[in-house]
Order: sequence, then C-alpha cells, then structure tokens
Amino acid sequence: MAAVSIEEEVERLDKNPVINWIQERTHILDGLLPIIQHPVPKSINWWYVLGSATLLSFVNQVVTGVALAMTYVPAPNQAYQSLTFISTNAVWGSVLRGMHFFGASAMVVLISAHVIRVFLMGSYKFPRELNWITGVFLLGLTAAMAFSGQLLRWDQDAYWAVVVAAEQAGKTPILGPILAQVVVAGQTVGGATLTRFFATHVFLLPALMFMFVGVHLYLVVFDGISELPKAGEVVDPKTYKEKYHRLLETDGEPFFPDAAWKDAVFACLVMAVILALAIFVGAPHLGKPADPTVIQASPRPDWYFLWYFAVLALIPPAMENWVILGVPALIGALLFAVPFVSRGGERSPLRRPWSVAAVLFMLVALAALTIEGNSANWSPQIDAAEVSPIPASITQHLSGEALTGAQLFQQKGCHTCHTLAGTGGDKGPNLTYVADRLNQAQLITRVLNGGHNMPAFGGTLTDTEVQQLVSFLQTLKSPDQLPATAGP
Amino acid sequence: MRPRLHEHQGDLSRRAFLTKVTVGFSGVIGLLAGVPVLGYLLGPITRPVPQKWISLGPTNSFPIGETKLVKFTDDTSLPWSGLTELTALWARQQSAGVFDVWAVNCTHLGCPVNWLPQAQLFECPCHGGIFYSNGTVAAGPPPRPLYKHPVRVQNGMLQALTFPLPTD
Repeated sequence: MAAVSIEEEVERLDKNPVINWIQERTHILDGLLPIIQHPVPKSINWWYVLGSATLLSFVNQVVTGVALAMTYVPAPNQAYQSLTFISTNAVWGSVLRGMHFFGASAMVVLISAHVIRVFLMGSYKFPRELNWITGVFLLGLTAAMAFSGQLLRWDQDAYWAVVVAAEQAGKTPILGPILAQVVVAGQTVGGATLTRFFATHVFLLPALMFMFVGVHLYLVVFDGISELPKAGEVVDPKTYKEKYHRLLETDGEPFFPDAAWKDAVFACLVMAVILALAIFVGAPHLGKPADPTVIQASPRPDWYFLWYFAVLALIPPAMENWVILGVPALIGALLFAVPFVSRGGERSPLRRPWSVAAVLFMLVALAALTIEGNSANWSPQIDAAEVSPIPASITQHLSGEALTGAQLFQQKGCHTCHTLAGTGGDKGPNLTYVADRLNQAQLITRVLNGGHNMPAFGGTLTDTEVQQLVSFLQTLKSPDQLPATAGP
Repeated sequence: MRPRLHEHQGDLSRRAFLTKVTVGFSGVIGLLAGVPVLGYLLGPITRPVPQKWISLGPTNSFPIGETKLVKFTDDTSLPWSGLTELTALWARQQSAGVFDVWAVNCTHLGCPVNWLPQAQLFECPCHGGIFYSNGTVAAGPPPRPLYKHPVRVQNGMLQALTFPLPTD
C-alpha cells in the first residue's frame, strides 16, 4: 500500500517542471518520500508527538544559539558584558536569549516526557532497543547542554557551578584531581575554563547530538513507530516483526501527512509557548559578574538541576562520595539496561504496574527534591541580620538581659539558622516557641555544646552572654503557654 | 575454470591486501593527526602551574583573633581571564605569630564560605556547611576542615603558598 502511494506521489510531483529538473539530477524524491511517507500504525495518537517536539526544541536551540554566538564573546573578561549587551541593547536580543533559555527548558521537559512515554508504553522493547539506547545518549547530552549553557552566563552562579562540578569530579578515586582539572581546563577556574565550556556547548555536544539524532531517526524509520499497546498483546521477538508488518499493511497510513499533522500542531504549540515566554517573561536576569573574590554569593543551579542540588545537601556525609559518583552511574546503568532486562512481553502500562509505580515514584521524588532544592532550607540565611531582623512583636516587651539576649541572637548568627516568627533561616529548628519544649538547663547545654548539626558556642560566648541569650530564649513561649507558666 | 578460479583467488588476496593498506594507513594517519589535537586539549592540564609564595600583607595588618579576606592577582592567569585572575583567601592570626590561611572553598563541594565575625563561624551558602574559627567542621556535610595553605613570614610579610583548586 505504502510503496504504491510513494510511486504515485513521485509521479505526481515529477510533473512539476522545477521538481522534475531537480529530481532528474538528484533523485531526491526516491530517497526522501520513503522516509517522510513511511507507513505507521493508525493507532498512534497524541502521546507520540513528544519526540518530534523535542527535535523542534533542539532546532530552536541551534538557530537561536547560532544567532547569540554572533555577539557573545566567550572570554571571561568580556562574556558577561557581551551578554548584558545582548540582553539590553541588541535588537531583539532579550527575546532571542529568552527563546534560547525557555527552549532549553522545553527541551529538558519534552525529552523527559518522551522517555517516560516510551518507557510506559514499552516502545523500547524488541526490535527497538537501539532506539532507546540512542535516546538515553540524547537525554544525557541534553543534560550536558543544559549544564554547560548555564555556565556561559559567566555570572556568580555560573562561576561557582564550575567549581562545584570540578569538586564533584574530584571525588572520583585516583583520577579525581585529573578529572577536576579537565572540568576547569587547568588548575584553577580561569581564562581557559570558559572557552573550553563554550567550545563544548556550541561545537562538541551539538555535533554529538546531530549524530545521535540522525541514528535515532534512522532507527525510527527503519524499525517503524511502535503501535499503541493493548493489554494482553505481548511482544515475542520471534513473531513481532511479522505481526508489525502485517499491521502496517492492514491498518497503516503514511506518516506524512496522515500522522504528522499531530506533530506539526503540537510543535507549533510548543514554539508558540517558547515565543510567548520569551516576549512576555523575557530572558532570565543575569546575576553579578563572576568574581572569585566576592564571597557573598548564594550559588544555585537552574531549575532542572535543583533536585540534584538537594540530594547533595540531604545525603548523610558518610555516603556522599558514593552518591555523588554512584547515583549518576546507577541512573545511566539502569537506563541502558532497561531494553535488555525487559526485551519482550507486555507493553501496556495496564499490565506493568511496577513500571508505572517506578515512574510515579521517580516523578514524586524529583518534584519533592526540586521543591526542597528551591527552598534550600539547609543553608543558613547569612544576611538574616540585614534582611530579616527579629520582629518587633518578639522584642517590644523585652528588657534587661532578655533584650540583650535578643540582640546577641541576631549578632552571633543564631538567626541565620533558626526561624523566629517567620524570619531568619530554616537550617535549625524553629525557635519561635522553644521555651515550650526546652527548660533553662537544656537551653544552656544546647548553646554551649551544640549538637544535632549545631555548632557549639561554648568557645565564643562568655558566661554572661550565655545567660543573656538563654534569658531571651526562655521568653519564646506560645500564647497558650504564657498564662499557664505565669500562673493565676 | 581453473585459471578463472585462480585469478579470482588472486583477486581476493589483492583485495585483502588493499583493504589492509587502506585501513592501516588511515588508522596510522588518524592516530598521528590525533596526537597534536589531544595534546592541545590536554595542554592546560599537563602544563604545570608553579606553586608560588604570595604576600598577603604585613603581619601587623592581621590583628590576633580577626579573620580577614585577602585578595590577590594570580599572575599566571591568561590575559583574557578578567576577574577570574583574582583569588581570595581567608587569613587569621590565631595567637601571636601563629597564622592560618585557608582557601575560601567549602570542603563539601567548593562553594565560597562566608565569615561571620560576631558568631566566629564560617558558613557556606550552598549546603549549609559551618566551620569554627580554626577551620574545623562545626556542622553540615563538609567531610574535613577548611583547606589550609602553607604559610611563612618573610621580612614582616605574611606569605602563603598557592595551590590548585583543592579537591580532596
């Protein structure tokens, strides 16, 4: 069916004198039409548009990236200034940067959704194992593109992200120091670092992506798009190909335009969202320029790496090296193993509850870690004294030792880690009503000796200061406790 | 038949030879061409940056018990390094004549540690690492004390020995 329609199509198009002139010299229709009109099962639906939308996002990145590279200067002494120029002075510069930024987010979201769709529908099973493997490479390359792109802003976040990446690489046994030097392209972050990341981001990684996209698409056409799974229909490697070809003959249609229109509609929608965000929200704000001597930095990764930022803060220190090196290796190994562990059998998610549960668990875990990473309540609020002083509602009734204690609470950094009435850090327990749960002796012990992830202040506070601080802490009672302790 | 077969066999061995020549020469020239490329890429790593003693200032500019951020320019930086040619260190005179100089990097994952003079603590903004004024770990995930630079006093100047980005 498909072969006849392609021949007919070639014949029809060949009547156009221009196409005929080109066709006679290149035979391009003979090569192109079998690809764009390759038969696909009629059952494929809107879930199947995620791959082409990812590809469109990649094309958006290439086009906007090439345009940005016309102005961006990949040298530490001018990168930030050139990006500021692009964002504020260049014609359409802010929109272009926005398209590149939101395009990157779209690519991360879409490729992740595509991987989940393929996994849940069992599309990775025989004979499409290599489609999955090339897809895993593309997923890894997308993550590498996202990370290296973030660094090109060359602001404080970018600078310290390079340092963190090098430190992580440095945890590798034996090879650690060498790998760290590979990351920063030398012994310290400097002139060679940014140029190395720029070349990686705009030449090396895109070249690898083009290669894997090519192989991925070749395999998609060669092995065919998987049919919509049905519960009870199992994949048997001995019979699958024959069944699939029979399906295409009885219930297939050419990819273009019968199925491709859905891809086109969704791709247009994705592009419209990227464009709208770029125009109405705009390019992300640049932080302060990268300066190793500005210590007052609070480096944070872009949203797609916040979950890993949270992992690094929450894991027990003893396990840290194993997690830093082991988690990425384990994720990679699991992804590569998927099509070999589960080569045949059921494809329908209705018959694969463990697969559905695994995806749900992963999504919930990633969402929870991302939220945690965004709030980063394990970090002290170093500027608490300036930006969120102790509220007057707490201090207005104080006098004497307790008032001095409140000032000490602020000065000695207690407030950087402990919340009081919604102000201050979240690293330690909320102390708004600490006197409800700890008595004077317990408070003194805790202040002097620390413990439970709190520094000991015995060496830095005088006896008088401890007394003043504890006097203040003893005033921190819940309203319902005040009358009880005051007594009738 | 025989001569043709013989001729065919001869043709095959000739083809095998030509295949080996093609693959062999291409492989050798590919390897040779790869040497300078790889060497160039690894250049920044293999080129040793000398460890140097740098002066942080007169010893009397570091009062006992105070921790100061010292900034200096790394003169081994590439000309286009911009602000990254600057480096910062924390320096403190613990007691008379006893100096400590630390890298600003947290020993957890390298973020810059801040000094809170009133609290006498170093605090890291990334994952909540906290260090005492002698550089030892007070709280959080850091696995070891702050990275300490070797120091010496020469002609009344406090000097510290530079080292690459600390990663152990």
